Amino acid sequence: MCGLQEEKTEKAKKERTPMPEQPADERRKNFNEVTLGYTKEDALAEASRCLACKDPKCVEGCPVNVDIPGFIKLVCEEDFEGAIEKIKTTNTLPAICGRVCPQETQCEALCVLGKKGQPVAIGRLERFCADYEREKGVKAPEAMPPTGKKVAVVGSGPASLTAAADLAKLGHKVTIFESLHKAGGVLSYGIPEFRLPKEIVRQEVEYIEKLGVEVKPNYVIGRIKTLDELCDDFDAVFLGTGAGLPNFMGIPGENFSGVYSANEFLTRVNLMKAYDPEYDTRVRCGKQVVVVGGGNVAMDAARSALRLGAEEVSIVYRRGEDEMPARREEVEHAKEEGIIFRFLTNPVRILGDEKFNVTGVECIKMELGEPDKSGRRSPVPVEGSEFLVPADVVVIAIGTSPNPIIFKGSEGLEQNRRGTVVADEETGATSKCGVFAGGDVVTGAATVISAMGAGKKAAKAIDEFLKEK
Amino acid sequence: MAYRILEKEEIAPSVHRMVIDAPDVAKAAKAGQFIILRIDERGERVPLTIADFERETGIVTVIFQEMGKTTKQLAKLSTGDSLEDFVGPLGTPADIRKLGTVILVGGGVGVAPIYPQAKAYTNAGNRVISIIGARNEDLLILEDEMEKASSELYIATDDGSKGHHGFVTDIMKRILDSGEKVARVVIIGPPIMMKVGAGVASPYDVEILVSLNSIMVDGTGMCGGCRVTVGGETKFTCVDGPEFDARKVDFVQLMNRLAMYRGEETEAVEKYEEKCRCGLH
Repeated sequence: MCGLQEEKTEKAKKERTPMPEQPADERRKNFNEVTLGYTKEDALAEASRCLACKDPKCVEGCPVNVDIPGFIKLVCEEDFEGAIEKIKTTNTLPAICGRVCPQETQCEALCVLGKKGQPVAIGRLERFCADYEREKGVKAPEAMPPTGKKVAVVGSGPASLTAAADLAKLGHKVTIFESLHKAGGVLSYGIPEFRLPKEIVRQEVEYIEKLGVEVKPNYVIGRIKTLDELCDDFDAVFLGTGAGLPNFMGIPGENFSGVYSANEFLTRVNLMKAYDPEYDTRVRCGKQVVVVGGGNVAMDAARSALRLGAEEVSIVYRRGEDEMPARREEVEHAKEEGIIFRFLTNPVRILGDEKFNVTGVECIKMELGEPDKSGRRSPVPVEGSEFLVPADVVVIAIGTSPNPIIFKGSEGLEQNRRGTVVADEETGATSKCGVFAGGDVVTGAATVISAMGAGKKAAKAIDEFLKEK
Repeated sequence: MAYRILEKEEIAPSVHRMVIDAPDVAKAAKAGQFIILRIDERGERVPLTIADFERETGIVTVIFQEMGKTTKQLAKLSTGDSLEDFVGPLGTPADIRKLGTVILVGGGVGVAPIYPQAKAYTNAGNRVISIIGARNEDLLILEDEMEKASSELYIATDDGSKGHHGFVTDIMKRILDSGEKVARVVIIGPPIMMKVGAGVASPYDVEILVSLNSIMVDGTGMCGGCRVTVGGETKFTCVDGPEFDARKVDFVQLMNRLAMYRGEETEAVEKYEEKCRCGLH
């Protein structure tokens, strides 16, 4: 769209502009960000590949429906401020989404260019715009006049931050209650520095605060106040408490010292900065580390273990590579860094010494059987194929469930059997009047952007609810 | 956000009492719960049992012994200083109701978490027999407070410098042997003392509870670092506890998990003390 028709066709054939990144053998020794971000030239080159479709499919693939061709057009025109403004009309956290969204299954999956070649690198362009704005200094956004309504937001992860920002822009007085000492939820404790620098999370939270949102850290709903009490104090409540309860496998030896939930391992490393000797929190680094699971969290744990100095890090996953839920880019990065993948392998027990320190994981080979409910072929153990993987640290990254603390004193809030909150998909309305929910607490562990999408929808519904109230 | 230290006192050698201005915590606190504090931005999150609280004035008391780097650093703070973070109340409150006669056993700094329980059991209409102990008289804490909060108070010291020469569990056994009908025994102290105490009380027809102080990060059920095997099942100390049925707790596993960072802890203390000597702290 930046040039003539022929030029466009010719450019469209070309491959996407590569992302500058730290070389694998260098970055595996540090916690600095892996990808370095597009330069202005990179961004212009990549933006010029966009065909500016009349009926853009990419927008449909975005859970918050960012006007993708719109912002890319502005990038082409070198109006980067205009571009970020356009993104921000629907996406509150672009610097984060540009880094952690699974674009290959969302916007970029539907890009017309992807049919014959590579899709436009939408995520990288989004990140470029957001980083451009951060370097220039983020403008304080305008809010509507105060409505006098008070909304409590529980949790401060992506769903909550999005809901809080949208509600504040609409003039409502928003208070965020966060149980940890730092806001950001999974963005702060879960996703590592090398994938999402904490400075970016801090600045996004600061932006939300500039909108007039009050953030109360160290405030555990379910302990200090119950949800019922919050309902008395506020006109509406948004529950964005995520899925913070780690699942374990229930196999023998799981409580040996050196066996971590991914939540604990990553919280120690990310939130508490155990990789930095200047900080007091420690984590067992391990020479031979085994990570169990195939999602982004497993990749994050494995790559963190490597950076902490492990000699060998392997990922044990019970299905095959194609079934792995992790983002493609994370898997590629992990491979480049030397992470060993043991597909179709499942742990059966964890071994330890007389001091209860982990010494290894006994695994069994799996083969793929019939497809299960999720459509993925379910793995079946191959009898007699047990083998031992030596390990001094084991990280269990097989998923999380909603934390039940929030449900203490929450009369009438319906949950389903998996412990998630039952909420309307379009509005986030729960069975409890005035309480809305969105993100992982409703869906179980999913992505940052789907949580943001839910936060956005809920904010709209809460606004309507407050108008009628 | 900062939490001011309103009072600080060394109540026994290397054992300190600290009163913190934390109205949100005080308002919701109940006996048996704990808090997590962090001294500064680089600090670790440390769980400490609530030793006392006042809802009206919004103050919370914690008692700690200098052990690792953080508690040593905490001991250097004074009245007027602030803590970066102070979150709570955490954990399930102790199940306190009218049971009849209850024996409360506290060892070392374990007397601190026993104190609010003594008050609460007494207020609930129980006859509270408290047994507190320490290595020696100097290390004995909260004697007057416990005297007031209990129907009967017994003291034991390892060296015999005060009260019974021997262990708190000796006195507990004597009472259980006396034939007095006891509904519940609560034992709080070092893991080895709780393990021994649980073993001594096990043959008797009495409920035995212990309060565990596992290693944890968040204290809200998020990390699972505090997991402990209770009756063959994995439980999280921070949300399912800290109180558990002593007969079911796997104490050997508990003690091994508590030792997980011992090497790192020793190293951190050495490094910290070296810094202090150089006047950097």
